[in-house]
Amino acid sequence: MSAITYLEAIRLAQQKALQEDPRVFIYGQDIGGFGGAFKATKNLAKEFPGRVLDAPISEDAMVGLAIGAAVEGMRPIIEMQFADFSTCGFNQIVNQAATLHYRTGTSCPLVVRLPSGGTPGGGPFHSQSMEAIYAHYPGLIVMTPATVEDAYTMLLEAVALDDPVIFCEHKFLYYHLKADKLPDTVLPFGKARIARQGRDATVVAYSAMVHEALAAAEELTHDGYDIEVVDLRTVRPIDTDTILASVARTGRLLVVGEAWPWGGVAAEVIARVATEGFGLLDAPPQRLNAKETPVPYHPALWGTHRPTASSVANSLRQLLEL
Amino acid sequence: MLLICWELPYYKTMTLGKVSAFEGLPATKPSPEVTRENARRAYRIMLEARILEEKLAVLYRSGKIVGGVFLGRGQEALSVSLGIHLRRGDVYAPLIRDQAGRMAFGDTILDTLRTYLGSSLGSMRGRDGNIHRGRPSEGYHAMISHLGAMVSTVCGGLMAKRFRGETGAVGGTCIGEGGTSTGSFHEGMNLAGVEKLPIVVVVANNQFSYSTPNDRQFACSDLLARAEGYGVRGRRAVGNDLMDCLGVIGEAVSAARSGEGPQLVVADLLRLVGHGEHDDATYIPASMKESPLGKDCLDLARTTLLEKGWLTGEEADEWRKIVEKEVEETSSKVLREPVPDPSEEDWNAFSCLDSQQHLLHQGERQ
Ligand SMILES: Cc1ncc(C[n+]2csc(CCOP(=O)(O)OP(=O)(O)O)c2C)c(N)n1
Ligand SMILES: [Mg+2]
Repeated sequence: MSAITYLEAIRLAQQKALQEDPRVFIYGQDIGGFGGAFKATKNLAKEFPGRVLDAPISEDAMVGLAIGAAVEGMRPIIEMQFADFSTCGFNQIVNQAATLHYRTGTSCPLVVRLPSGGTPGGGPFHSQSMEAIYAHYPGLIVMTPATVEDAYTMLLEAVALDDPVIFCEHKFLYYHLKADKLPDTVLPFGKARIARQGRDATVVAYSAMVHEALAAAEELTHDGYDIEVVDLRTVRPIDTDTILASVARTGRLLVVGEAWPWGGVAAEVIARVATEGFGLLDAPPQRLNAKETPVPYHPALWGTHRPTASSVANSLRQLLEL
Repeated sequence: MLLICWELPYYKTMTLGKVSAFEGLPATKPSPEVTRENARRAYRIMLEARILEEKLAVLYRSGKIVGGVFLGRGQEALSVSLGIHLRRGDVYAPLIRDQAGRMAFGDTILDTLRTYLGSSLGSMRGRDGNIHRGRPSEGYHAMISHLGAMVSTVCGGLMAKRFRGETGAVGGTCIGEGGTSTGSFHEGMNLAGVEKLPIVVVVANNQFSYSTPNDRQFACSDLLARAEGYGVRGRRAVGNDLMDCLGVIGEAVSAARSGEGPQLVVADLLRLVGHGEHDDATYIPASMKESPLGKDCLDLARTTLLEKGWLTGEEADEWRKIVEKEVEETSSKVLREPVPDPSEEDWNAFSCLDSQQHLLHQGERQ
């Protein structure tokens, strides 16, 4: 088999879900014959007639439709054209999907796929990382796969779960990441993964930032440091145990996220480590996030706005000197 | 600052020699009837938009523009007809395919190129790009991508004028037929109807929303029927016929200006390019391209103007040459301009903390 991209893994997971579960259907703008803005549903409309449908530009109604169908026992997948446009369906996601099980005892098994994160020239409305916003709401599972393997297995898992899942797939990884084959086994749901073992400091990251963290860790080997990288995989639920175990080994923590820092995933990780593992820390825990402005258009600004391998490496050097 | 931005298009039309309607800054724009002057000016702007957009496509293909390029080819007649009937003091919120309308309202070749190329001298300073540009404090709103969002924003501008007792201003905005499916659009239209605001909303029904044909977008046979549901006046224009667009939209703007309330204009046409320059639009059937919808509004306008004796072939060719030269020269100039330097940014999103306000209009001074 030729190399499988992160994007193709998402397409193949949807294909498998459609094949194996008659309750699955996909609804989203331009996803039918056109195969989606990014081609994540290429050929699926032809292969599964009537189950991969073009939606009008009506995000609120698209999510509402998914909720109603989920209540009836279907397993809808909603593709947002860009994560940024999910704000137009925000009310249905956070007030209806997220609250349904708690209020009524009826589950709401749906997946909202969010093509997330920045790319050069994307600008303020085609670049956002929205995991923290959705993770804020009890009742929503938020997945942020960083690898081709996870993109595949976690999307299948998302479809199988009985709760609404916000699936944050990173556009920057779509074509860049490749794997030779797809796994048959899945890591346990909600479990973080040690992406790289080390003893001097822990970097907690997720989605595209895992790769920036790994590159920074590699860079720091030249300084004689051995950095551990934890890939959260899902940001809600969050695997505090794996994080604490890593910090217990290293004594130092840097959390990296592409979203804004305010009330974000990095803040949550640090709050948990500070409250539950204060004694494990040899230095104040640090975070590195996007700068606190909208995501800028010009690639020169964008490249500084988001954390990169070199800014992660700088933060690590500072942390190691504390 | 304000004056410079606004004087520019009038100044340019005056240099055409034969256009004499604009002696200095006009108090009002031309009357809505299709006059020789506004038809000539509209055609000239369409030509500028077309040639500029062709350059944008070239810059995109050569990797100079990063991200995306979304063009209005085939929609210039409709677009220009709204921009040209608005005037200083009005509120204008153009959308994706409105290069022509933007230029009629006062935007320039220079600032368009600066925005696409991310020049730090442009109005958006590299912070936002391409079609996401404007000067809100001058009534020229900078669209967000989320379709439908600008209708209510324009309503707000008009409410402010009403609160202050200012009369005679009009708001104009455009949207594709796909964008009419958003909750924002419905809410904005309904609100405009309730408040009886002087807004003109132009729907460019180009039959596709990206790849999605109209039968997957809405079930009503005619979008114009929605006007009644919103309690607003509906009008139809022939989207690729400049004379018709100028007349219909001109009347809509006059009606709104004279207190007749919101106006919805629906026009059928085709975009003669992909959704963006990355898209070959193979989903548009050949039969549709060959139908009257697929006729190029720029060619049609030229023919009509020549037939009416409002323009000569030599003039049209001369204009093309002048515009091509201006686009080329401006492009070379902008390519040499400074791009934003991350180390000089204040990385601040708050007005109350802004230390770089003074840079905002720097570009205009140069
Ligand atoms: C709320 C929202 N959802 C999705 C998109 C992504 N999107 C950008 S343009 C577009 C198609 C727009 O079609 P239409 O309104 O008909 O305008 P046209 O492109 O045909 O001019 C879509 C779906 C968006 N911009 N806003
Ligand atoms: Mg359209």
